[in-house]
Amino acid sequence: METSELLQLVIAGLKNGSIYALLALGFTIVYAATNVINFAQGEFYMLGGMFAVFAFTRFGLPLVLAVPVAVLVVAGIGVLFERLAIRPRKDAEPMALIIITVGGSLVFASLARHAFGSDALPLPEFTPGPSIPFAGAAIERQALWIWGIVLVTVAGLTFLYGKTRLGRAMRACMQNREAARLMGIDTARVVMISFGLAAALGALAGVAVTPLTSTRFDIGAGIAVKGFAAAILGGLGSPLAAVAGGLLLGLIEQAVIPFSSALKDVVALAVLLAVLFLRPQGLFRRSRREKV
Amino acid sequence: MSMLSIKGITKRFGGVTAVDDVSFEVFEGTIHAVIGPNGAGKSTAFNVMTGFDKPDAGTVTFEGETITGLKPHRIVKRGVVRTFQNTMLFDEMTALENVLVGMHVRTRVGFLGAALVLPGVRAEERLAREEAHRMLRVVGLDEEAGATAGDMPHGQRRLLEIARALGAGPKLMLLDEPAAGLNNAETAQLAETLRRIRDTGVTIVVVEHDMGLVMDVSDEIVVLNEGRKIAEGPPLLIQKDPAVIEAYLGEEALDA
Repeated sequence: METSELLQLVIAGLKNGSIYALLALGFTIVYAATNVINFAQGEFYMLGGMFAVFAFTRFGLPLVLAVPVAVLVVAGIGVLFERLAIRPRKDAEPMALIIITVGGSLVFASLARHAFGSDALPLPEFTPGPSIPFAGAAIERQALWIWGIVLVTVAGLTFLYGKTRLGRAMRACMQNREAARLMGIDTARVVMISFGLAAALGALAGVAVTPLTSTRFDIGAGIAVKGFAAAILGGLGSPLAAVAGGLLLGLIEQAVIPFSSALKDVVALAVLLAVLFLRPQGLFRRSRREKV
Repeated sequence: MSMLSIKGITKRFGGVTAVDDVSFEVFEGTIHAVIGPNGAGKSTAFNVMTGFDKPDAGTVTFEGETITGLKPHRIVKRGVVRTFQNTMLFDEMTALENVLVGMHVRTRVGFLGAALVLPGVRAEERLAREEAHRMLRVVGLDEEAGATAGDMPHGQRRLLEIARALGAGPKLMLLDEPAAGLNNAETAQLAETLRRIRDTGVTIVVVEHDMGLVMDVSDEIVVLNEGRKIAEGPPLLIQKDPAVIEAYLGEEALDA
């Protein structure tokens, strides 16, 4: 294979991987607060694209407004979902809550079908123009946006978790909920904010990728599997590990394409199973000895 | 007026009366110890005093208001904090971060503020960190500020838990067997720390098994045996009290 072809595959892998990374962050944030895998995470991605298209085409908002509006609306939906579907059953087994999120995912998808129809809906690129040549390969302009969004998100989350009261409260809940409560932390509020934040990140990914792929009411479940695999690969721990998991998954997918492009979608599931069997704590997390 | 007032608390588990009509008063600015042989009802009394268990009879009032049955985070907001026999630290955070989480109830920036007003957040964060370092200095752990809590030795973890409890800015601090598992040097450091905390104006109630620590630091001691209060007074009197000597000798005879 030519170097430029190889480079093109790497670029594609990092582009897709960045999307998986944003979804993996959403899974990780909700898991940290609740020990629940939120399978509605993919629907936030779908809804992000949908609302951006809707605001852009029906209301004629410029993209620079349509995008933040879509992200905020979906964040609100995430908070609402937590209040209506999760909080009433907050003391249930995690498994029961996971089933609720699967149900929520189906509800979101069918509501989207009624509201937005079943056609694929396009959105223009944020900054239209030809691809940028790079060492014999080409980089889509939208890919640069996607990378930029991931970088800003990681920087923002690192600041949030490391340097703010809210971020520390979120980490405290993740490590020892009972002790967090005793420190006067309102854990119910932390859960609500986590859902809102995860939904916003999912929506951001969906909005960023819609100019490349269009969006449709039924794309949520497929992307959720990839985001989930990336989150598991990263170990459901730190934001950086989630991003690394996403990028790695994107690259692995591209690595199998030269052999069989049909295999690409199997990769996420294969990786998911392999990690769960061989290294359930994820690739990057060191296992800590238990204190008695 | 006393700061904490325990009036006639009784707690039964099935047919066993773990705490039987115990009353005492804790005055501001003192270190007050609750001691007793194994099974005397110390831990149960402690849980009732901190609002974790509801008494079957009796009341616990803090600054004149009852705190029995309040939710833990409400009690913290009133200025009452507790530590646990089994330390409950945030193991993956640094020592400093543990104290910062302990300060949660008295840092001002709300959830939305943290998300939106970056400059204000920075200023508050800087102040909070300085304050957290001060708490670590009080317990003698400032050098360990950057150490991960989960990697710290047991003695330091106990001190860290006290620093974290101090973070909430308490008026009253309740410690459940803080000397458990500490060696002599660590116990001496703990005693010095407790005195230092008392001298900053925090009232301390300590439930403890370690006689050396209790006699060393307490201003006032309550002795429980089989759920009942059998003696009360300053250390010098307690050491000579026949009922106390008998209760403890009885335990030693059992241990032998």
